[in-house]
Amino acid sequence: MTAIDPTAHLTAEQIEELGRELDAIRDEVIASRGEKDAAYIRKVISAQRRLELVSRGVLLFSFFPPAWLLGTAGLSVAKIMDNMEIGHNVLHGQWDWMRDPKIHSTTWEWDHVSPSDQWKHSHNELHHTHTNVIGKDNDLGYGIMRVDEDQKWHPFHLGQPLWNFLNACFFEYGIAAYDLELGKNLHKRRRKNPEFRARAKAVGRKIRKQVLKDYVIHPLLSGPSFLTTLAATFTANLVRNIWSHSVIMCGHFPEGVQVFERRSIKGETRGQWYLRQMMGSANISGSRAMHFMTGNLSHQIEHHLFPDLPSNRYAEVAVKVRALFEKYELEYVTGPLPKQVFSAWHKVFRLSLPNKKPKVDAPDREQELVAA
Amino acid sequence: MTSATLRSGAWKLLEMITTPLLPSDYLDLVSPLRAGADLRGRIEAVHPETGDAATIVIRPGRGWRGHTAGQYVRIGVDVDGRRLWRAYSITSPTNRQDGRVTITVKAIPDGKVSNHLVRRAKPGTLVQLDQPTGDFVLPKAKPAKVLYLTAGSGITPVMGMLRDIEFDDVVMVHCAPQPQDVIFRNELHDLVAAEKLRLTEVHTDTDGVLDIARLDELVPDWAERETWACGPAGLLDAAEEFWSGHGVGERLHTERFRPGIVVAGDGGEVTFSATGKTVEADGATPLLDVGEEAGVLMPSGCRMGICFGCITPLKAGAVRDLRTGEITEAEPGVLIQTCVSAAAGPCDIER
Ligand code: FES
Repeated sequence: MTAIDPTAHLTAEQIEELGRELDAIRDEVIASRGEKDAAYIRKVISAQRRLELVSRGVLLFSFFPPAWLLGTAGLSVAKIMDNMEIGHNVLHGQWDWMRDPKIHSTTWEWDHVSPSDQWKHSHNELHHTHTNVIGKDNDLGYGIMRVDEDQKWHPFHLGQPLWNFLNACFFEYGIAAYDLELGKNLHKRRRKNPEFRARAKAVGRKIRKQVLKDYVIHPLLSGPSFLTTLAATFTANLVRNIWSHSVIMCGHFPEGVQVFERRSIKGETRGQWYLRQMMGSANISGSRAMHFMTGNLSHQIEHHLFPDLPSNRYAEVAVKVRALFEKYELEYVTGPLPKQVFSAWHKVFRLSLPNKKPKVDAPDREQELVAA
Repeated sequence: MTSATLRSGAWKLLEMITTPLLPSDYLDLVSPLRAGADLRGRIEAVHPETGDAATIVIRPGRGWRGHTAGQYVRIGVDVDGRRLWRAYSITSPTNRQDGRVTITVKAIPDGKVSNHLVRRAKPGTLVQLDQPTGDFVLPKAKPAKVLYLTAGSGITPVMGMLRDIEFDDVVMVHCAPQPQDVIFRNELHDLVAAEKLRLTEVHTDTDGVLDIARLDELVPDWAERETWACGPAGLLDAAEEFWSGHGVGERLHTERFRPGIVVAGDGGEVTFSATGKTVEADGATPLLDVGEEAGVLMPSGCRMGICFGCITPLKAGAVRDLRTGEITEAEPGVLIQTCVSAAAGPCDIER
């Protein structure tokens, strides 16, 4: 909702043509999906499992500092792989085409306190359909932050750098709460809603299992290394949380990314939908290792255009997508991780303070934002 | 505490250690064929039989319960990264000492799995297995005289029988286009040389398709024989008519390979089997809309193919992906996104 619409120079025909060109890119990948891709995800899954196993094994001797370091580092990486390149992408249905019931969006469960099915609903359905639409996409600020100048400021927002930091440290819990729409559902009578209670129970079960595993059973198994193993798993979870929070912040928060009004998506065409994904996402540039560790969410723009294409193909898709950005004279927001993280945090700080009231051009906007 | 409760307690503890994965997810990495694992097999060798047929030697996992001669096994093979299931007759005898089993596969034109197995399968590859099944088997009591009537790859279950049990008086009539197309030809001729089998080969390229009435001349005592027949539908239809026409229908045992041909059309009759509704649908309306229109409770989400919130089992028939035009045919375990799929001929959606 910046003052200048960066897509204003495009005609309706151009937008539809853009949509067709993107469809063609998608079709090409779909037609060429095959053995290599399947081998890729199987290799990643098996590597993740081996790494986790070895790291946990090393942590049995974590009273010995080098073992602690090695085990903690390994476990952190394993957890990041589980959440990012594997969990997120499998749950998007990116690998459903393989028809392997073990690597399938309907059966996958990840090392995360939010149960897969709840996350799939809030993420795949709500966030990906309504990307960056204020009031519809709760990922924008996760309901606790102000992410756009046009949103009404409230003294609560003064604390948002702190909320954001805490959210980063305990990100998986933040996500679980968010998937439960806790803010909304703890109010009034909603708490008693049986559907909400069932979902809350499922989260409770998942939390219990994860906590038991990481903070009781594995430390106990380490015997004399109980405390050091406890510290190691806590650290690994912290590292994983901060890492995924950072990556995800880079996807939609850096400067240059657009947010949209609720009204703007009514009757959206395929081309317009694509355009919104293009303008509402940002990438992270870097090495192949960087792309891998972000679960290829460094290719956030491509992921938002084609959320169900296998993640290992985003890099090649990015080349073509970027060419389209150039052709249609649109800004492809990208940058190295530190720059993007800084940019996103900068925005969090900036918007924690009130800004001059923007010239509101629509009378109902204020209400819309309050309703959000 | 009994050892069973001890074991289940230990397993529970293991599950707590590996949550949200299962202990088996880790065990599969090192020992996919162990007892208690999902049933799989490892391809150990591929032996060409004819220009377009090959025998695949498989070491099944520990959970394999063994087969009866004549039975088939469903096998799940990853072809171009996608798991496809097909059924093949087992051609190895039941008493094979090394615990391996074999299937013999004939590559059919455009057959994804058969061509893959015959031409590209590599030793070392894991395949998924079901337990063997089928009632095209020999009886417990030995019949005095036996006739095997086969054509093409219809010889495969019968070969399993021939290798398994010796009978005193066995005749076989086998049809194939040319001599070099006869699968197991050398072995059959060895049996003939050892006087364990009387064989008539019908070469359809030169002799024409077998006229079932010729049996009178090829095997004059056919009506006294317990007969097992396997081959194309035309042959089996003719045989069934012939046998029952002579009042000896109960002597004939037939095996029909799954026809497996789904004709993909444009639109068709859609059955929502769980709800018990059937409606006519065109080839352009998403099945999600078709179902909702008919009052069926359909899961949904984004309605544009991105969230996978609408996936539903396709039990029969075929659907077309409205975005790519790709046809998906029903197979056990196949799920479709109803919001971007339309009927491509009659189909059955499990809702
Ligand atoms: S409803 Fe979202 S994929 Fe079908």
